[in-house]
Amino acid sequence: MLLARISEEKYASLYRAGKIYGGVFIGKGQEAISVATAMALRKGDVFAPLIRDQAGRLAFGESLLDATRTYLGSRLGPMRGRDGNVHRGRPRDGYMAMISHLGAMISVVSGTLIARRAKGERGTIGAVSLGEGGTSTGSFHEALNQAAVEKLPLLLVVTNNQYAYSTPAARQFACRHLADRAAGYGVEGHVLDHGNDLGECLDVIGEAAERAREGHGPQLVVGSVLRLGGHGEHDDGSYVLESLKRTKGGADCLKVTEQFILNEGLASAEEMERWRANAVQQVEEAVAAAQREPAPDPDAEDWCSISTRRLGDGYNGGCHESPG
Amino acid sequence: MSITYLEAIREAQARALHEDPRVYIYGQDVGAFGGAFKATKNLANEFPGRVLDAPISEDAMVGSAIGAAIEGMRPIIEMQYADFSTVGFNQIVNNAATLYWRTETKCPIVIRLPSGGTPGSGPFHSQSMEALYATYPGLIVMTPATVEDAYSMLLEAVEIDDPVIFCEHKYLYYHLKAEALPTEALPTGKARIARAGRDATVVTYSAMVHEALAMAEELGREGIEVEVVDLRSIKPLDTDTVLASVARTGRMLAVGEAWPWGGVTAEVVARVACDGYNLLDAAPMRLNAKDTPVPFHPNLWGTHRPTARTIARAMRELLRR
Repeated sequence: MLLARISEEKYASLYRAGKIYGGVFIGKGQEAISVATAMALRKGDVFAPLIRDQAGRLAFGESLLDATRTYLGSRLGPMRGRDGNVHRGRPRDGYMAMISHLGAMISVVSGTLIARRAKGERGTIGAVSLGEGGTSTGSFHEALNQAAVEKLPLLLVVTNNQYAYSTPAARQFACRHLADRAAGYGVEGHVLDHGNDLGECLDVIGEAAERAREGHGPQLVVGSVLRLGGHGEHDDGSYVLESLKRTKGGADCLKVTEQFILNEGLASAEEMERWRANAVQQVEEAVAAAQREPAPDPDAEDWCSISTRRLGDGYNGGCHESPG
Repeated sequence: MSITYLEAIREAQARALHEDPRVYIYGQDVGAFGGAFKATKNLANEFPGRVLDAPISEDAMVGSAIGAAIEGMRPIIEMQYADFSTVGFNQIVNNAATLYWRTETKCPIVIRLPSGGTPGSGPFHSQSMEALYATYPGLIVMTPATVEDAYSMLLEAVEIDDPVIFCEHKYLYYHLKAEALPTEALPTGKARIARAGRDATVVTYSAMVHEALAMAEELGREGIEVEVVDLRSIKPLDTDTVLASVARTGRMLAVGEAWPWGGVTAEVVARVACDGYNLLDAAPMRLNAKDTPVPFHPNLWGTHRPTARTIARAMRELLRR
């Protein structure tokens, strides 16, 4: 959580300095749910994170360097400058690379689980992260229904952070609680009231993951938090209601967790300061390393979007001059 | 023995299921029922657990196929009608088509689209979607016109490590018969000279190949020799074979069953104009369906799409140019 927060603060700072191509979308306030989702997973499980899952991505095993080099547009790393920021992953390692269309990754994860069942591989689950806005899509409905019909070991974690870009939850859905939808799909639902309470996140999401793993079919977890910022770093989030920020649910999960650690005597303030310094150092090293890496080279690109090179169409409009 | 275009598709899937344990079929009513057109007849019985009924959820059908492909499977998705693939469009063009380029993860899925018009099918069971898919990078788009190609190209589609949109024509399902399944085939990416001729070239694909051949037969009786090029796949599009034909004839008419704005015929004309302008003795022409939804009544439908009669009329105009 700490590494996620500090790395994303660094990306935001690089964005403001004009050092990042494209947008920066951070998970501030959602690290507890995100990290708890990844911590419920084991080796061999599948994870499809979304835009506010830096914590979950790191906990799932992504290197800080891969995250950083994708933001900085390095030619190295998983996306090679072809896609950026949060649209990264290593699908063959079970780490899915999201597309921007919300809800689309649910059925993709279901497909990995269908394949494993067909191959006779048991014991692994797939987790998908989504926001409350994503639950309004047709993809969400199709995929959750499909997963229910197939009784797949799917863990769907919906983080209701009260805003989809600027649209408040009241303009997004009209049911009492999104978890109520579980019954309509014939899946098990779990309410996570305090998504800024790491212990509750670990308990609720961990329990849901075990239910999925034990063969009880898809599990829908709906956690409530408040997005502590804008949609992205281009957005100041000035529309977020002050009244929400003052509630218990508006508290920062990182501060809540640090206070818990102090109260319980799990670590001293000095130790936590060392953790923070260590995280800052890791982030600085990752940024320095990624900044030394080569940028993508248009002349080195093969500009072919399929793996079967002989079937590339590649028609260039009769232009015989080099595109460079 | 004779075998229809539809039976060839069924036989190709049976063979793929038999030869490759990674293959499975997923689509609406494809299981015990055997599919809306019976393209999967008895396959669920012959291959238990590998021919699966899907809910009416084209988005989730394609999404799950992508996930299964990431895990090393080779799914075949049957859209009940090509028209319904619009519901799965996002997964096809944004997820499947970008996966390899973005992540170097291969995405070997085949999406079968029962395409094109038949009398009485109307606006939502008749569409020709091939150009929509061909415009997106990352997809291969096959448009077989013969029983032999329906069989061999579907088998090749399953072997290809990239997403393949397989546009099989519903009008050809029962109308087209061959003596036997082929034992060899042209590779995808190569167009075929369906009929040789020296006076003009028709470039077309799928069901329109047969309308063009009927036109060529009719004009042949008048001593006009029309060459018919069957593209076989529209992406990749075999520009070389088209240009070689135009070099022989000097005149070209591109014919397609899809709508007139853009599309395959426009692409063919554009390529010939850009790369083969000096080969042309006359301005090229295009003939497409009319710019309306596909009509239901056979009287209207038969006029909406190009036919041997309207292609002949266009050809006579081209020859006068």
